[in-house]
Amino acid sequence: MKTTTPRTRITWILITIVVAVYALFPVFSILATSFKEPSDLSNGKLLPTNWSGVNYEQILVGDAQELFLTSLRNSIGITLIATAVAVVLATLCAYAIARLDFPGKKLVLTTALAVSIFPVISIVTPLFNVWRTIGLYDTWLGLIIPYLSLTLPISIWTLAAFFRQIPWELEQAAQVDGATSWQAFRKAIVPLAAPGVFTTAIIAFFIAWNDFVYGISLTSTEAARPVPAALAFFTGASQFESPTGAISAAAIIVTIPVVLLVLGFQRQIVSGLTQGAVKG
Amino acid sequence: MSTSVEPRAGQRRRSPAVVLSERRRSERRLGWWLAGPAFVVMLLVTLYPILQAVWDSLFNFRLTAPGDKAFIGLKNYGVILSDSLFWRDLGVTALITVITVVVELVLGFALALVMHKALKSLRGFVRTAILVPYGIITVVSAFAWFYAFDINSGFVNNWFDWIPGIGPDLNWFADTWTSLFVIMASEIWKTTPFISLLLLAGLAQVPDELTEAAEVDGATWWQRMQRVILPNMKAAIMVAVLFRALDAFRIFDNVFIMTNGAYGTEVLSLLAYRTSIGRLEIGLGSAVSVLLFLCVLLICFVAIKLFKVDLAGSQGGK
Repeated sequence: MKTTTPRTRITWILITIVVAVYALFPVFSILATSFKEPSDLSNGKLLPTNWSGVNYEQILVGDAQELFLTSLRNSIGITLIATAVAVVLATLCAYAIARLDFPGKKLVLTTALAVSIFPVISIVTPLFNVWRTIGLYDTWLGLIIPYLSLTLPISIWTLAAFFRQIPWELEQAAQVDGATSWQAFRKAIVPLAAPGVFTTAIIAFFIAWNDFVYGISLTSTEAARPVPAALAFFTGASQFESPTGAISAAAIIVTIPVVLLVLGFQRQIVSGLTQGAVKG
Repeated sequence: MSTSVEPRAGQRRRSPAVVLSERRRSERRLGWWLAGPAFVVMLLVTLYPILQAVWDSLFNFRLTAPGDKAFIGLKNYGVILSDSLFWRDLGVTALITVITVVVELVLGFALALVMHKALKSLRGFVRTAILVPYGIITVVSAFAWFYAFDINSGFVNNWFDWIPGIGPDLNWFADTWTSLFVIMASEIWKTTPFISLLLLAGLAQVPDELTEAAEVDGATWWQRMQRVILPNMKAAIMVAVLFRALDAFRIFDNVFIMTNGAYGTEVLSLLAYRTSIGRLEIGLGSAVSVLLFLCVLLICFVAIKLFKVDLAGSQGGK
């Protein structure tokens, strides 16, 4: 490693600033919009003239409360359940793939890959029709099931990659040292596997949280409509003078969990995405 | 659990056990018991619907008149393929795919280099910043870009009015090319981090000794890049391109939010959505869905044949 001269240091700081502006500017721009008063929206500037919380008031305690808070509850509930189910199923599946020898292992992995490149819109038309017939249309379950098509494949790939790196011999070693098989599993394997499972859960959460196609196609009311779909419908609501501010405020609120997860687990997310994606 | 030390899967396969031992048989059973549920769920949520779509596409079937459902063979496909709207939408989709993938590949590679080489003290910050667009909801990104360029609430017209053609009266979303520009900008911003992470993984696999040796031999930065790093990353680049191309081809959210397909910006996904969910023409919409699916298969096939992308191999399959 070469020593860093002040000059390369400055170059790197400049590059970092450019990257940060690239990555964060659009978020900042909608953040600024969310603090603009309705009369200030067309000021033609990035920043609001007065920073005002009126939009947040509107969606959290005002007229749009019902529309936004219900959809936020739907989004959180549906996404968390879909993530949990996907991670449990994927953990069992990835364990088998990494650890056991059984015919069809490759078939499972190839299927996961095929499912992940599937165009969502091709699935949504038949689901729309079937869901209406069997009563799953506009329900939580009616979104949780298709969300698995988004979250399961990537979870399986990521976890299989993680599990392949676990030194499973530790389990035997613990047993030789007198641990029962449950103790060996819990004390030796779980601590090694848990970070992988957790990282996978974050990635699956991002993907389910991001869904829009299923959200607008398979719901029609506030019973199950998630936030991204609700945002698109803010526009039509007549009680708003202009939905721009309310949409921006809602957009910022649903971005908070993303930013928190990224800030807290940057390292894990990067390693999860890179491992699952390229190297097994 | 048996106390014998377990051999690794690769070694085990070489063992000359012709008759399956009880132990191996139970291992196979356990394997399917564990992997089975996920496998079945994946088939249920994708294979079943696509087969249903293929079936539905053979009928004249609209939900507004369900009694008139009639088998019409491939007529729906005939209707779609002879409609210039389909071809225009296919063209727009293909254009968006090609441009975004090319731009993202270059930009993503630059970001990967930055993430790879950044000073230790800055690395965490750079990676955190780059992950933000990855985690952001596409619809939120679409609104952010839309409001920034919008003639009423935007500031872009104001900031960039020194560029010829941009001024306070420019309505970005009233013309095909300007709309597509913003749509693609949002798409690129949101998805480049993913491609750059895939490339970062590829970059990390290039042996340091090789680049160092090249440097000692007097290769310039560009030569090292061209002769050493890029050839060693070929697999990672191909996988990144294919994944992004397939993803870009399904573009929906950005277009829906910004123009809803107006001014010639409609993409195939939106056409399928509008036909089946909007106009409740299940038969016709299913046919569009099937065609979209075939396009994706075709891209995959071409990529695998032409560029010899070994998805399963480079993706960690055994």
